[in-house]
Amino acid sequence: MRHARVVYNGSIHHAVEEGGRVKLNDGRLLDETDVAWLPPVAPRTVFTLGLNYEDHAKELSFSTPKEPLVFLKGPNTFTGHRCRTFRPSDVTFMHYECELAVVIGGTAKNVKKEDACDLVAGYTIANDYVMRDYIENYYRPNLRAKNRDACTPLGPWIVDAEDIRDPMNLTLRTYVNGKITQEGTTADMILGIPELIEYLSSFMTLNSGDLILTGTPKGSVDTKVGDEVVTEIEGIGKLVNTIAGEETLVREKRVNMT
Amino acid sequence: MSKVKLKIKGLPQYYQGLVDFGNKTIDINGHQYNTGELALDVPISGAVYGTLLNYQGSYAAFESSMRQEPYMEPPKAPVLYIKPQNTLRSSGAVIPLPEGFFNLMVGAALGIVIGKQATKVDEDEALGYVYGYTVVNDVCIPHESIYRPAVKEIARDGFCPAGPWVVERDSVKNPDELDIRLYINGELKQENNTRNLVRSVSKLISDVTSFMTLYAGDTLLVGVPEKAPLAKENDRVQIKIDGVGMLHNTIKREQDLLGGVLDEACTSRL
Repeated sequence: MRHARVVYNGSIHHAVEEGGRVKLNDGRLLDETDVAWLPPVAPRTVFTLGLNYEDHAKELSFSTPKEPLVFLKGPNTFTGHRCRTFRPSDVTFMHYECELAVVIGGTAKNVKKEDACDLVAGYTIANDYVMRDYIENYYRPNLRAKNRDACTPLGPWIVDAEDIRDPMNLTLRTYVNGKITQEGTTADMILGIPELIEYLSSFMTLNSGDLILTGTPKGSVDTKVGDEVVTEIEGIGKLVNTIAGEETLVREKRVNMT
Repeated sequence: MSKVKLKIKGLPQYYQGLVDFGNKTIDINGHQYNTGELALDVPISGAVYGTLLNYQGSYAAFESSMRQEPYMEPPKAPVLYIKPQNTLRSSGAVIPLPEGFFNLMVGAALGIVIGKQATKVDEDEALGYVYGYTVVNDVCIPHESIYRPAVKEIARDGFCPAGPWVVERDSVKNPDELDIRLYINGELKQENNTRNLVRSVSKLISDVTSFMTLYAGDTLLVGVPEKAPLAKENDRVQIKIDGVGMLHNTIKREQDLLGGVLDEACTSRL
């Protein structure tokens, strides 16, 4: 089953997918564009992997790290399906990162990789945007580059773990304005999902609702104001996002005021 | 008298109290208690952000490395990190010492608790977004390099004791003029004052919210002073910030703790 959190008629609903449409708890069947999409889980502790695909590490001229490169994200940075992400006017390179996001479904520490599957509730898609202009070499990648407001679209759905036969063999694709710009497979992750759960839980307790964003393959290109960016993962779905600039925000303000 | 918000263990709601720091008493709903006799819970619940290199002394100590590999230039934005929910503990709780380690670095930090959603806040209005202040022990496993995010060193279970309460903003005269002292087993190990911050409380809020929103209930740590002491198994660590409160915790081996959660009071049987 696929689960979402949506806003409809002023209330937050848990919804499931039925025949490509959005079904609310009370049975109402709606179109995808009838609702506002929230991140499918209210983020608590969110881990993100850097350089977890060899081809992407090469693309950024890094050798693959000895210790996994993990950073955390705050609640401000998440936004839902079909939302906008802001591109500051002084930025010259802002790129998407299509990532398989693992939703943790229990509380556990010191999980062995053989048992890691039991801890996974489901999967969703994250688009982990970065403003490369703001990257600094202190706790890199730093929060100013990676943890900006609404800079990490998440969704649309959480797909139950039991519905994904092999999460380590899924195709990831990103389209900018309909044109494919990134393609890879989760089979190329350096540390797979079981290894990541073993690693993270070796030093801290994982909890229900925690997320692991597992990194992105190569194919990062600059995205401009107005671009529609679709990050897609086989069997999970398509996450749609649009880049907004200062002009867009000003125009929206004007429309709202009239 | 200082107005505080606190959480009592076993009770779901927050309480307000009036603390008399001189007499070490607290008045809650007209009843007076000694501050030591209440079992208090973690008084904060939102996201917790730490700040690195925000004391002039800690900045100066690192300055010679800033133009070298891999840093190349001094930081422009505040250097931030996240202390996730698993790190939070109350005053009086045990800090777990992970297996294979002998020392933890203990960090005496003033926590700014945000009172309303703060986005792109001007420096001169920043204090208006503050609910109050708390004492935080920003614990980590000592690490030299600050090039990569040190999640494994910073985000372990129990590495962010906070409390004992949150003092309301207007009960603190000037957050940029607070004495901070850290004691281990009763001995004074570190002393500093928030007047030595690189970015003052207002400036830090303004610079952080220029690129990310802080929500009501989030806590922003102003940083840890230079020469943060090391503490070992069985050490009792106290952090005292004048006009805010005193936070105390004892370090115990993680393998002796049930899920890393125990009170100092329960550890006598260990």
